[in-house]
Amino acid sequence: MSLSRREFLKTGSGLVIAFSLSPSDLFSQTTAAPRLPGSLNNNRMLDSWLRIGPDGSVTIFSGKIELGQGIGTALTQIAADELDVELKRISLVQGDTALTPNEGQTAGSQSMQDSGTAVRFACAEAREILLSAAAAKLGVPVSDLKVDDGTVFDSSDKKISYWDLAGEADFRKEATAQAKPKSPSEHKWIGKSIPRRDIPKKFTGGAAYVQDVRLPGMVFGRVVRPPSPDATLKSVDTAAVRRMPGVVAVVQDGSFLAVAAEREEQAIKAREALKKSAKWNETASLPPTGALLYDYMVGLGTPGQTMHDKTSDATLAAAKTLQARYTRPFQAHGSIGPSCAVAQWEEDAAGRKLHVWTHSQGVYPLRGDLAQVFGIEPSAIRCTHAEGSGCYGHNGADDVALDAALLARATAGRPVKLQWMRDDEFMWEPYGSAMVMKLGGALDAQGNLASWSHELWSHPHSRRPGQSKGAHTLAARFLEKPVGFEPVNDVPLPAGGSDRNSIPGYDIPNVKVVKHFIRDTPIRTSALRTLGAYANVFAAESFMDEMAAAAGVDPVEFRLRHQKDPRARAVIETAAQRASWKPGSRGDGKSGWGFAYARYKNLACYVAVAAEVAIDRKTGQVRVLRAVSAVDVGQVVNPDGVANQIEGGLIQSTSWTLKEAVSFDRTRVKTTNWSEYDILRFEEVPQVDVVILNQPGQPFLGVGEGSQGPTAAAIGNAIANATGKRLRDLPFTPDRVKKILV
Amino acid sequence: MAAFTLKVNGVDHNVSAEADTPLLYVLRNDVGLNGPKFGCGLAQCGACTVLVGGRPTRSCVRKISEIKGDITTIEGVGTVDNLHPLQKAFIEEQACQCGYCGNGMLMSAKALLERNPRPTNDEIRQALNGHLCRCASHNRIVRAVQRAAKEMQS
Repeated sequence: MSLSRREFLKTGSGLVIAFSLSPSDLFSQTTAAPRLPGSLNNNRMLDSWLRIGPDGSVTIFSGKIELGQGIGTALTQIAADELDVELKRISLVQGDTALTPNEGQTAGSQSMQDSGTAVRFACAEAREILLSAAAAKLGVPVSDLKVDDGTVFDSSDKKISYWDLAGEADFRKEATAQAKPKSPSEHKWIGKSIPRRDIPKKFTGGAAYVQDVRLPGMVFGRVVRPPSPDATLKSVDTAAVRRMPGVVAVVQDGSFLAVAAEREEQAIKAREALKKSAKWNETASLPPTGALLYDYMVGLGTPGQTMHDKTSDATLAAAKTLQARYTRPFQAHGSIGPSCAVAQWEEDAAGRKLHVWTHSQGVYPLRGDLAQVFGIEPSAIRCTHAEGSGCYGHNGADDVALDAALLARATAGRPVKLQWMRDDEFMWEPYGSAMVMKLGGALDAQGNLASWSHELWSHPHSRRPGQSKGAHTLAARFLEKPVGFEPVNDVPLPAGGSDRNSIPGYDIPNVKVVKHFIRDTPIRTSALRTLGAYANVFAAESFMDEMAAAAGVDPVEFRLRHQKDPRARAVIETAAQRASWKPGSRGDGKSGWGFAYARYKNLACYVAVAAEVAIDRKTGQVRVLRAVSAVDVGQVVNPDGVANQIEGGLIQSTSWTLKEAVSFDRTRVKTTNWSEYDILRFEEVPQVDVVILNQPGQPFLGVGEGSQGPTAAAIGNAIANATGKRLRDLPFTPDRVKKILV
Repeated sequence: MAAFTLKVNGVDHNVSAEADTPLLYVLRNDVGLNGPKFGCGLAQCGACTVLVGGRPTRSCVRKISEIKGDITTIEGVGTVDNLHPLQKAFIEEQACQCGYCGNGMLMSAKALLERNPRPTNDEIRQALNGHLCRCASHNRIVRAVQRAAKEMQS
């Protein structure tokens, strides 16, 4: 597990010796250098992406990590096609500061665009270099050559292999991206549902996760977090806990408290003892809860910024106007396995060195945070990715890595595996921000949209390591010498952060979008799958139905009337057709259908969702029975992977939409376990039908976050279709449903 | 500390631990298994499920001193080279994203198929309702159990 890149590469005498340039050296060049596709732009050396071994091996290096979304498998499909080799030859190294390119975070549904595109162009160029070398050896022009699984043949069947050429072909050069990638008709692997390579070990008890990393002499750690977000440690009796069986170390640094023990259950008992003994100063620093939260957010008076302002010359003779306010609470990632990391300090002549095994989405940004907290050079730290439990954005992965590293300073070189307990995870993971959306619209005399306004209030949706100067990992601010961070800016448009998908993706002559970005919040927020898009699409696509109803037009027809993009129209029409959408049909009070559409970030995948709900009018329970989704993600690499992402996102969003809100009082977060944060269960899960509209030859558009926003709106629209009453506050709990049905 | 002998996947293991130690930590750290996972420590999510005497058991709350019966974990169900029909079916249906809950799903499904070899869709959902999956692979998991049941019938 502790192989360095140099050692790794020594295992075969391949043509790659080492990184020719570190990625950070390259950032300074990028302004002058031509723009290269995907992550090649920031990691420009070919040899940072692939290696051909004389032993017949092909290794792909990616800075994007496996989260169970299948990126590892998809990348090998791309590499196999561009290089003309069999899939099984390819091994993959992902997310290691000693081995792989720096691709920032694995986030934003961008891995296919960033890493997939880079691997595609790097492998196409590598193939060209290999073919030139083969042509020179065989004494024939490149145009006479054919490749079969790495063996190059000329027209007379003379041959030479990539592995023979490994010493000649030089990848220690900057990519040009001039080699043309394969056309869709030449694809052998792209477009097929190749089984994921990470799955067999997951169902046989293989070492698949960071929780399964075991090192010689390893001890077990637990952290003792304060009882509330702004609490500080008053006193604690660490001496008594140090005497407990198996305890190896107790670390108290400011208000950071952690314990290491020989056995895991001993660490847990010591944590309980520390919890009992610790006295804290607490402050009532949290915002009001329930409906008051939203009035509070708006009432803070954060100035609005106009993000989009489009006016048309057409006179605005509004026949009808509408306004509505929608809200979304703080919501949790709720990974099934609490965050975990393994950390080890080593000391040699060169000084202290730290190695962390982490399920962070960004090993390089995490390394930056750790370097700041420990006051050492990033080069003295190695972060190696190992999978964790489900990652739906910025959860506790980075935080627990710092916790483990802080604790491991006290264990005399013994590695520490530290996993959070369930309450640590629920109370301290960064949440998806609460949001308020005020929508306004006007119809012209023909019943078409004449104007649209979207005003939103939100806390930050991204406070990850590297987001601003300073350290964003949780424990940093609790240390005796705290390391803070500068206020973060919102993720800029066109992708956007809090305002993601706030600009309507329809043709409307007059549009205004205003955001109130509330930087400070005592409740920690960061990236939860889709950032602001879930709430913005929920609001906008609910409001689209409200406007359609005001116009007396069927919701699908109304959307198509305002949509010129043929790819958007295609997903809308396909979803409607597959759901046997009946224009103008109304529900019977107990069941109904709803529809919604969005193009994620207004620039990525196109997704339409139709959902059928059943409502128990007595209990107020809403069940989503069935959902149909039509998607266009550009060129599809792995259809089953796309379906899995859309279906998973749709069901997860159903859970967010029907059930989920983090609860708190003015001092403490009250959500500590699953009985206080119920999520969708087997008996409540809808049947899901995914239709993929493949676009061979088109760029990859990403898929992981496409279905969540449309799903929320489709459910709300289905409830309105069924009952004639609309819910505008998430989640749609039985109490809220009963209230509108009275 | 006290000495315990646990039979795990057909092999006796002598373990020295406190009597109130949850079985999960013994399986993971003394026996060295990866299959059972720590999810909540509260018997709420099911990620730690193993079979004790054939019954699905939440190993995160079951004390080792209370264990009566042989223990089967996912490692004892089958291996990569010799897959049990359930493991084969979960792989063929690509029935996970992160897969962290998968251990518990598969172990409870195994107990279900032993008492009910031909479960309906609803019976599978009912049997697994106490297991949480956050990536939302539920429908794939149900299909995997159906596929395995079919294969085990034939």
